[in-house]
Amino acid sequence: MKLLTLNFLTCAIKTCKTSPASFPLHPRDCELEVVESESVNLPFLKNILPRLMWDELRVIADELGLPALPSTPPTRDDLVEPSSSSTTTISHAQNAGNAAEGQQQAEEKPSQTARDLHRVLLETCIKEGKLVCGNCGHEYKVMEGVANFLLPGHLV
Amino acid sequence: MPEYLVRLVQVHESFRKAELQALADVAGVGIEFVKYNQDSPFCIVRLPSDSAAEAVISRSLLSQGIYELWGQGPTYEALHTSIQELSSSKWLKYESTPFRFTLDGFRGTRTQTEQQAIIESFSYLGFNGPIRMRDPDVSFRVFEDYEDKALEPKHLYLGRFVAASGRDAKTAFDLKKRHYISTTSMDAELALLTANIALAATGKLFYDPFMGTGGFPVACAHFGAVVFGSDIDGRSIRGTGGSARKGQVGKKDVGGNFKQYDLESRYLGGFVSDLTNTPLRLLQHSNDSTNGGYLDGIVCDPPYGIREGLKVLGPREKLNVTERATHLDRFKEPTYIPPKRPYSFTAILDDILAFAVATLVENGRLSMWMPTANDEDVELVIPTHPCLEIVSICVQPFNKWSRRLLTYRRLPESEVSPNAPEMAKKEYEKGVKADELNDFRRKYFEGFKEFERLRQEPTPSEEDMMDSKGISGKWRKA
Ligand SMILES: C[S@@+](CC[C@H](N)C(=O)[O-])C[C@H]1O[C@@H](n2cnc3c(N)ncnc32)[C@H](O)[C@@H]1O
Ligand SMILES: [Zn+2]
Repeated sequence: MKLLTLNFLTCAIKTCKTSPASFPLHPRDCELEVVESESVNLPFLKNILPRLMWDELRVIADELGLPALPSTPPTRDDLVEPSSSSTTTISHAQNAGNAAEGQQQAEEKPSQTARDLHRVLLETCIKEGKLVCGNCGHEYKVMEGVANFLLPGHLV
Repeated sequence: MPEYLVRLVQVHESFRKAELQALADVAGVGIEFVKYNQDSPFCIVRLPSDSAAEAVISRSLLSQGIYELWGQGPTYEALHTSIQELSSSKWLKYESTPFRFTLDGFRGTRTQTEQQAIIESFSYLGFNGPIRMRDPDVSFRVFEDYEDKALEPKHLYLGRFVAASGRDAKTAFDLKKRHYISTTSMDAELALLTANIALAATGKLFYDPFMGTGGFPVACAHFGAVVFGSDIDGRSIRGTGGSARKGQVGKKDVGGNFKQYDLESRYLGGFVSDLTNTPLRLLQHSNDSTNGGYLDGIVCDPPYGIREGLKVLGPREKLNVTERATHLDRFKEPTYIPPKRPYSFTAILDDILAFAVATLVENGRLSMWMPTANDEDVELVIPTHPCLEIVSICVQPFNKWSRRLLTYRRLPESEVSPNAPEMAKKEYEKGVKADELNDFRRKYFEGFKEFERLRQEPTPSEEDMMDSKGISGKWRKA
């Protein structure tokens, strides 16, 4: 599972979900693997950026021993190499709408910030290990990259 | 806006308009339907430009292509007059362009000689460029629309080709060639269609809570979305470990399907979970802006409870003190299997809607399939939620049952009616046996034979159905 997934996962136990301590889940004894992508998915990074729980992601990166993420989240502009975004405003005016915008985005070059973020969120995977709830301590196993959130009988 | 002729295919008719509208929404262009008929593969729309037309059609599953409309009429005479009126200003532009001119008849054909004569009758267009059957710079097509078994066409069109559809994907993703499938894998054409109607696209995040062998996430990734999924049965995600077909080696699992289509970089992964006890982050209050929705779309085919057994986590009956203690003692053992119980189909549909409301971004979409019996005594109930607007309902009819693709839009808070009642607490079917909980399942066992034709295996054995561990050996092995 790619690390971005952890940005969406909490404890599966219903009574835990309302407690802030149930998010993020804490990776424990994890074996990581980097699966390199051919290119950086810039439109996706731009779209997902405002949905990231940045402080929690920093905690996860830290706990996994990854290079520290900056203390404040990057902006959308930070994701694009400055020289490559100059024509963006023109394309917005075109009436083919998103079709033209999509092409425009394809010409934009990802910045180093975008490449680093892509590496952490979309190229780094947990192969084996555990995800632990910070509220109740329940451990969810990850095996062959697949986390198991099925709850035992007494916790449903 | 100029008029375009969409050459549709004459299958899954009730999905066609919904698909075109969705693709216009994805492309961010306005589309206006001038002429559309369920019984006809010829549809006339208004779109702002050729590039808009191409953006819409290039992803479409249920069309062949789009043409700039140059004229139409009930007879050739009327067609020629219409071409004079509509498009004479454009003729000169193609005076010396290498071109192709062809004829396409729906429910009717012409001999070679007749075709020749028809095409000759357009010589007044004054195209003097070389005729090129392969890779022409511009391509024209006469369309003849016949009534069934009629000798003469009832309507004619002339169009200049603008763009081909994305229907090729149907073949590329055909289940017959997919490495890892199961008896409940969704047909490739319908999975791709679902992805289109749910507005899957580059930059977006899509999720399938019942992913099985991953058919929907694969389809969404094909259209550019980043995807993930989950299933209560871990073996569906991890796969069989063996090869699914003769002559194939290597592990067959959901990840392998993404590899097969070179879509790995868009697959976040899969996890094992029960939708009714999801580990995903849920929006706690509808006006909680710091912790808003994060999914652009949810696509799924929920378990009907026929072959795949609709199960949720939890013991069939409330645990007593000693039973609780046993679970507590044992749950960390590798052989421990979490207990599951059968569940109501109506309840899970409502659970999906509530889940969608708690995870979708504003205007995000939920597209889910729902089977129903075509019985007069069974009332068709489309599940609803005050925060979800129904966008489209497409029907795939069979003889004794149908299935519907229901598509909803997550309303922005500002559009949710302030006096909309909180989701009414419903009374669902009660019982401990699957049959007591699922009307559709009961009807099924009363015998819809053609249901089985969708599935690739004989009727499930009692053993399969009784399996309370969710491990029924349905994942396809060598
Ligand atoms: C109709 S199949 C979906 C097949 C999938 N669309 C594909 O193409 O392979 C329904 C799936 O739901 C799963 N399922 C059943 N109950 C579930 C639950 N409570 N939570 C999550 N998944 C469940 C089943 O294991 C099954 O894989
Ligand atoms: Zn917890």
